Formats: sequence, structure tokens, C-alpha cells
Amino acid sequence: MSSGSSILRRRFLVGGAALAAVVALSACGAKTDAAGSSDKAAKADVSGDTVKVGLLNSLSGTMAISEVTVRDSLKLAIDEINASGGVLGKKIQPISEDGASDWPTFAEKAQKLIQEDRVAATFGCWTSASRKAVKPVFEKNKSLLFYPVQYEGLEQSPYIFYTGATTNQQIVPALDYLKSKGLKKLYLVGSDYVFPRTANKIIQAYAKANGMTILGEDYAPLGSTEFSTIANKVKASKADAVFNTLNGDSNVAFFKEYKSAGLTAKSMPVVSVSIAEEEVKSIGSQYLAGQLTAWNYYQTTAGAANEKFVKAYKAKYGADKPTSDPMEAAYTSVHLWKAMVEKAGSFDPEKVKAASDGITFEAPEGKVTVDGATQHIHKTARIGEIGTDGLIKEVWDSGKPVEPDPYLKGYSWASGLS
Amino acid sequence: MTLLHGRARTWAGFAGAAVLLFALAPLALTDFRLGLLAKYLCTAMVAVGICLAWGRGGLLTLGQGLFFGLGGYAMAMHLKIADAGPGNLPDFMQLYGTATELPWWWRPFANPAFALAATVLLPMAVAALLGSFIFRRRVKGAYFAILSQALAAAFAIWLIGQQATTGGTNGLTDIQGFFGYDLDDPVNQRTVYFVIAAALLLLIALARQLIHSRYGELLVAVRDSEERVRFLGYDPAKVKLVAYVVAAGMAGLAGALFVPAVGIISPAMIGIVPSIEFVIGAAVGGRASLVGAVLGAIGVAWAKTALSEEFPAAWTYFQGLLFIVALAFLPGGLASLGGVLRRRRDRQRKAAVVAVGEAA
Repeated sequence: MSSGSSILRRRFLVGGAALAAVVALSACGAKTDAAGSSDKAAKADVSGDTVKVGLLNSLSGTMAISEVTVRDSLKLAIDEINASGGVLGKKIQPISEDGASDWPTFAEKAQKLIQEDRVAATFGCWTSASRKAVKPVFEKNKSLLFYPVQYEGLEQSPYIFYTGATTNQQIVPALDYLKSKGLKKLYLVGSDYVFPRTANKIIQAYAKANGMTILGEDYAPLGSTEFSTIANKVKASKADAVFNTLNGDSNVAFFKEYKSAGLTAKSMPVVSVSIAEEEVKSIGSQYLAGQLTAWNYYQTTAGAANEKFVKAYKAKYGADKPTSDPMEAAYTSVHLWKAMVEKAGSFDPEKVKAASDGITFEAPEGKVTVDGATQHIHKTARIGEIGTDGLIKEVWDSGKPVEPDPYLKGYSWASGLS
Repeated sequence: MTLLHGRARTWAGFAGAAVLLFALAPLALTDFRLGLLAKYLCTAMVAVGICLAWGRGGLLTLGQGLFFGLGGYAMAMHLKIADAGPGNLPDFMQLYGTATELPWWWRPFANPAFALAATVLLPMAVAALLGSFIFRRRVKGAYFAILSQALAAAFAIWLIGQQATTGGTNGLTDIQGFFGYDLDDPVNQRTVYFVIAAALLLLIALARQLIHSRYGELLVAVRDSEERVRFLGYDPAKVKLVAYVVAAGMAGLAGALFVPAVGIISPAMIGIVPSIEFVIGAAVGGRASLVGAVLGAIGVAWAKTALSEEFPAAWTYFQGLLFIVALAFLPGGLASLGGVLRRRRDRQRKAAVVAVGEAA
């Protein structure tokens, strides 16, 4: 026994030395110039002739397939701005970090970008969970995040600019469209996380006030590929249409089951709010042709700004790469930030915020305007039909940009939601 | 080596670790890096438990995320209720829920004493309940590992489904205060780090005490030959249960302290992947050695940060490579490196002696 424990003790000492090595290594990783970062709001470093911005996207994990396209689009916008002289005479230097589809990692990397790299602003995040994880980090450090993805609304952080749609620019117009087509009996299918659950709460409230009926509401775990039960339930319900908030891979399995259950876009159309051009490509247009989507931008959207964007994107990343709504919103967000900074004449987040109201940009989706009060943007709502070529053709649009209303204050039926 | 000599070495090890953690690290690291170190130390606390249960007891605990999560949610929910103030619901319940008051099963967590005790006792109670069924039925090996992993996965899935009462996928975020102290203040963040460092040293001391006791000998005996221990008149189920319950308590405490350090607890920290990551840290360092497991956990967590900062698009490959190399060439972990090298040297020396002998 005594010999056994002395071996253990020797190990203990060896380990102590190794612990020293580990701590010494992590000490080397830290920058000494950040020693004064104990003041709460880490100031952005804009002293040189470049200005750093953070790109915070999942480059690994389940969300990588979608978020990498957003990162690419952000880089395209940065290249364009740098080619035309930068922002306030400074070239933008992007610093990319991997959120790894893991929410605490997003919070860690956001903190690193703000406190260690001293970025002037950060662009990125996709899932609501990652946004909720980084929100307190940006608020505590008084640093700006530009969030480019449509989301469930009911949020208004003073340090986040939301350049994707809120619910009244995507879900509500989609419901209006279904109602106008006389499709009043809906079945709700979604992935089990925040966006679908909140979206469906809003849909339930809308339906109640507008004489529509919800015949069923089903959730599948994120990443689930088992949909035969749900497809059969949907079929048995004899609904007019399906409102689909499934995310990612689950859509592939769902639409295959949907087709094999004998359901078609004609007999029971599906409106999806998370399927863009990129996803159509991976699901296969043969399963999706004729189905509906609700977004603010399609690759086919008309206009010179979009022609330029699509051409530049394909030239940089390949002719077979489609452009989609979140990519466009990300691209737009960088240009909006530039315009805000130039109006403010400063990179200081407070001054940028103060200058934000009324900033406009001729975006690929059309003219967008920043609403300084909500820090969302005015966006045109568009319903599209998926074609056999994998592209989405617009069948309806709101005519003019819709004012953002994240808390749905302008809708009496939504009064009980927030 | 005399007993006193060995004890002195142990004390020196502890003193060295204390100097590193309490003096050098706070001086050398920025607030951000110190915060990260606090996070790594939390995974090291889980590794202490894994060293005991797996390294010493042979129980491949692939589901420590369950206990980490129980401790984390108990702490986070108390802090959320405290942030909201008396009579108010936490922000996420107002946002996603329809209830006008706290569900009955969250209500006791408003009490700080109850919540603090629950962070450790709740995981231990759950482990005791599960363990007594599992071990009495003589479930072991791969079956035990699969079962514990399934439980962690089930807990994560359950949490995701309960958005109105647990925050769903988002988890519990935006935690402002820690028992009256503003977590926003860097001084308080530093204090949280010190609490975590102290807790880690305490757990190591506790585990060391257990390993070197009669119980520790019995635990290793059960690992190596359960039947023989049974023939000697001991009940192996009870021996294993103690290690499992203690490891669960340690994971619970780690989860609870993770919350003020990182400011978030979510199902992403609980399910299969994080549970495997806890085990990998201990395995890389050396599961049977306390110091190996602790340093392995810290090192793997640190490598994850460093690699992902340096190679944001390719770091997962490096991490995978690190695990494969460590486990394929050093199955006993880095802690066994010294022994492996010594054996190789001895073999070479022996070979040299033989060669010299032949030449002569």
C-alpha cells in the first residue's frame, strides 16, 4: 500500500509541474496590451489605418451549412467597401470566429472579439439561442451586433441591429396571403426550439382573430428525420395548408414523407419560413416544386442592386452558389453599418446608434430604411413559389417596405403575446 | 521513500497549485482569459468525479452532463428568480410562457439556501436513485455507459421541450447578479474565479482522501475483479454507488459554478456531446490519476479555445487528431507518459546490456 501511494504522490508532483505548464501556456495566449480592459465597456481599437470587425458564425457543427454562406456574404460586402476606400478612410479588417453551433461558445467568442480584438462592430449569429446567449455580452460591453436572420420578434436590445425580418415582415404577411387565397384550415409543423414555438403562438393568435382554424401543432426535435407519423397526421387532418417552421435537415425527411403520403403542392400547399435557395438545393427541387416560402428576398428579385450582388457573389464563390435571404440581409448589414458610421463620423457605438435612424441603402431586396427606435429595418415582404430549377419565383409582395413591429403592437389580436 | 516525504510532496503539490491559481494566474491573465480559466476549472471539477468513478471504479460515466445540468439549472434558476425580484417572473417565462406565477417545482429555488444545497444534493439524490437500481441489477460495462448517456440525452430533450418553464433551447441566459453581487463588475468576476479555484482544490483533496482510504482500495478492487470482492463479503453495488454519487455531486457543483462564470446554462451543455467531452478531457490526461484527469480536462478545454481562435474553420480536425493521438498512443493518458518513457528506457537499457553481453 505504501509503495502504491508514493507512486501516486510522485504523479501528483509531476502533475503540479504540468499544471504550471498549462497555466503558463494560457498566459502566453493573452495579450498584455489588454491589461486595462477592466473598464466595463472595452473601447474599440480604431487607432491604426484599419478598423477591425468581428464575424461570428458557426463554421462547424449542425448550423455550419447555413452560417458559412452568411460569413461568405459578409466578406463580400467587406471586400466591396474596402475596394471603394473603406469606412472613414480606414480599411475593414474582418476577424472570423467559430461559434461552433454551441451557444456558450458564441458568448465566449463574442467576448473575445470585443475585449481582446477590440472590434468596432460584430456581424453574425443565426439561431435565436445563439443571439440570446451573446445579447448580454454585447449589452454589458456596450458593443454593437448586426444580426442578419429572420427571427421570432419580441426583442429589442439597445446593442443589436436586426437586419432580418421580424414576425410582421414575414409570418404575418404569409398568413395574410393564405387567408386571401381562402386557405383557412392550417396544420403547424416545426422543429422543437424557440423560433417555431414562438412563431406558432403568434399564428394561433392570428388564426383566432381571423376566423382560421389550427387543426394540429407538431414539433420534431432539431435534426430529427422521422416524419412518417407527422405526415400521416397532416394528411388525416384534411387541412387546407401546412405552415412549416422546420429547420435544416429535418426538411429533407419531412418533404420526402409528405410526397410519399400522396400530398402535393396542389392538394395541400406548404408555406415554409426557413427554406431558402441554399436549402432547396440540398432538399432537392423535385420534392419542393410548387410549394410556397415567405422571405424578403429571393435570388430572382428584380433590380440592378440584386443583379450586381448575385453577379459579385457568383464571381467570388462559384457559379453554382445561390444567394438567399439571410445572406442578403448580412450583406446589407455591413453596408448599413458603414452608412451609419459615416453619418456619425465615428466608430463609437453610441454615436453610431444615434445616427442610425433613417439610414437607407439600396439593397438587393430593394430600398431598406433603418428604424432607429426599434433598430430593425423596413423590409418588403415576399411570398415565393419554388420552381423545378431550384430557384424561387415571387408570387406576391407587400408593394412597399413594411415597418418593423417586433412586439406586434400594431395588431390588436397580438395583445396577449408579450 | 518515507511516508513523511510523500506527504510533504503532496503538500508541495497543493501549495504549488494554489500559488498558480490564486497568485500567478490572476496576475498574468486578462479578465477575459481569467474568465475562460474559470470555465476550464469547472470542467476539471467534473473530471475529478470522473477520475473517481471511471478511473478508479471502472464506471464509464458517459452521462455526467445530466448532473452538471441539474446543478447548473438549480443555480441559474435561483439567480434568474432573484434577478426578477419578488413577485415577478423571470424574463423568459414572461416571454414564452402563459403562466402568471412560478410553477410549484421551481418555487423552492427562490430560497438561496435551498438552491445552493440543491446544486449538490439534487444530482447526488438522482444518482443515488439511478445507481441503486443500476448496480443492484448488476448492469455494467457498455450497458452502464449507454444508459447514463441516454439519461443525459433525455434530460436535454426534456429541457428543450419545456420552453415556457426552462427556457427551452436558449437555456437560462442574461444572469445579472450572484447573491447580491453584480456579475457585470470585473472584481466580482474575479471573486467567482477564486471561488471556483478553491472549490476545485477542495474537491481534489476530497477525492485524494477517498482514493487513499480503505474505500479507495476497495473501489479499485471492484474495478479489477468484482466477483472476488463479492466473495470476500463486500457488496460491490454499494462500493460503486458511493463513487457514482460523489462524482454526480462534483459535476453538480461544477455546473452550479459554471453559471456565474459563463453567464449561461443551456441544453447544449448537457446532452451527449458535452457529456463525451467531459470524459475525453479525463481520458487524455489519464483517467486513473487525479492530477492527470484534472490537467487533461483543463488542457483539452484550453486547446479547444486556442485552436478555434487560431484556425476558426479547421480547428475541429485538430481537436479530433489530438484525441486520436492521445488515446491511441497513450491509452493511460498523458499522466502515463512518464511511466511509458521509463519502461521504454529500461527496455533499451536491458537490450543494450544484452547486446554488450553478446559482444563480450
